[in-house]
Amino acid sequence: MKVIVAVKRVVDYNVKIRVKADKTGVELSNVKMSMNPFDEIGVEEAVRLKEAGVASEVVAVSIGPAQAQETIRTALAMGADRGILIKTDEEVQPLAVAKLLKAVVEAEAPQIVILGKQAIDDDSNQTGQMLAALLGWAQGTFASKVALGDGKATVTREVDGGLQTVELKLPAVVTTDLRLNEPRYASLPNIMKAKKKPIDEKTPADLGVDIAPRLKTLKVEEPPKRQAGRKVASVEELVQALKNEAGVI
Amino acid sequence: MTDRDTLAQLVDTVRRYVRERLVPLEAEVAETDRIPEQVRREMAEMGLFGMSIPETYGGLGLDMQAEVEIVRELGWASPAFRSLIGTNNGLGSQGLLIDGSEEQKREWLPRIASGELIASFCLTEPEAGSDAASLKTRAVRDGEDYVLNGTKRFITNAPTAGVFTVMARTDPNNKGAGGISAFIVDARTPGISLGRPNVKMGQKGAHICDVIFEDARVPARNIIGGREGQGFKTAMKVLDRGRLHISALCCGTAERLIHESVTFALERRQFGQPIGEFQLIQAMLADSRTEAFAALAMVRETARRFDAGEKIATDAACCKYFASEMVGRVADRAVQIHGGSGYIADYPVERFYRDVRIFRLYEGTSQIQQIVIGRAMLREARGG
Repeated sequence: MKVIVAVKRVVDYNVKIRVKADKTGVELSNVKMSMNPFDEIGVEEAVRLKEAGVASEVVAVSIGPAQAQETIRTALAMGADRGILIKTDEEVQPLAVAKLLKAVVEAEAPQIVILGKQAIDDDSNQTGQMLAALLGWAQGTFASKVALGDGKATVTREVDGGLQTVELKLPAVVTTDLRLNEPRYASLPNIMKAKKKPIDEKTPADLGVDIAPRLKTLKVEEPPKRQAGRKVASVEELVQALKNEAGVI
Repeated sequence: MTDRDTLAQLVDTVRRYVRERLVPLEAEVAETDRIPEQVRREMAEMGLFGMSIPETYGGLGLDMQAEVEIVRELGWASPAFRSLIGTNNGLGSQGLLIDGSEEQKREWLPRIASGELIASFCLTEPEAGSDAASLKTRAVRDGEDYVLNGTKRFITNAPTAGVFTVMARTDPNNKGAGGISAFIVDARTPGISLGRPNVKMGQKGAHICDVIFEDARVPARNIIGGREGQGFKTAMKVLDRGRLHISALCCGTAERLIHESVTFALERRQFGQPIGEFQLIQAMLADSRTEAFAALAMVRETARRFDAGEKIATDAACCKYFASEMVGRVADRAVQIHGGSGYIADYPVERFYRDVRIFRLYEGTSQIQQIVIGRAMLREARGG
């Protein structure tokens, strides 16, 4: 069984995000970039499927600038077998990503596609769902447990009220939540070996996909500064404040 | 040469592992005097035991420039963690690698590189420290074996070692370096016993002890390089790499101490403002940053020239001398910036202050480095 994992190059989770002075986006120059943490969980899950003998091949796909190759290399060092880089310097929105992934899926014919539930840069949480819709496949989003059986996958989903378990007919799309697994640190020998694993390079045009943005970003701003807390004298005052000032009850 | 992208990825992975996994364990390791077995397994899986061992023998085959970058990252956490992998990459394997026979390398290096065996280096004795060439441990030929007798002192990682490189005198008539041979010795050899681990000032979790040889029989084929009298030369060849390794470690630890100092200086308020706003605090921070930068520049430059095949013995001594003294001063300032808190074990700088003291002592004291440097200067001036 072939598994495809989608990996996105994003601003490292340790970086303090700064908004550009012209409010068109966040500062990316001289900023450390790394693999979206939810995608790391996806790679880990795929590699575990391979180690368990369930998956036969793990293919890591990334869409972005030439440097996104580093993100694929990280996936290869973790245990993916080969990579596909769809190279573009344009802005790619979730729908474009889903269309590009659909084209890859049609060419590669995997049984399962694993994506992070969202990327920590724009927090869209759309690509997995859109991909499943475009393919007409079953989807198990926010997975905290994935078990593959005969032609089907049992996925435990993290939903607001608790856990929901669904059974999907394969092929299917799965998006990962935080508790699915704890990704490994790539070993240094595997990082060196990953150098020799193949990465195929394509463009959106090669795949015949129009990636023109459908949404326009008007402006990007920092969240308002949090105000300092204050002490209240009585329960009554607290209830009043929650009701009238905070508006939460 | 390790290519730049791969090196960046190696460094990045080690950095993450050190900061996410090792740093949170520091206090526990200091308290229990024990590195969890799980950490040893992880470090072995990551390949950290075989950084300097060629790929042919199961290691990573990193050049010196790559090794110093990775060791610098390890320096960010308690030095006890680095000590665990230190001897396998350094004195415990390099003698074998430089002067060992192909058969010896194939027998031992893969297990050292994988971390299956801990390799220790037995040179120092109760009466032979800086004057290592005066060592008294004897190795007497008896048929197909050598019989070893003597005591080795302060042997790093000896309590868990699987294999020792042992320096012993094979020629009793030659009291100097030429009478010494190096042996590769299975730690399970009958006649080898270990002393109790010494109680040290710092680096809890890293262990040293005496190694005592009483009629320990070692096969003659285990003599490194296959002939007598080469041992001390072998030991000296290993030093350059070891000194750069320790220097890089000092740089990493200094950077951690500076990070702790700046963080504290921004948080701690006195006279109505963060103490970092005071110029006398800034002066201490600036001195530490400047010195750490200078040491790193020295180490990188010397590593580059080592990889280019240049003779760097004197410069490696300069690096070890400067970097180890530098981190001592940086640790002292870190405690000073922390004020009374720096004397309290709740803050990591108290522990690091004790941990870094060894850097000025082992792999050649600062005074030995000075002598190495000074003698080389005179030798060069005389045109020899």
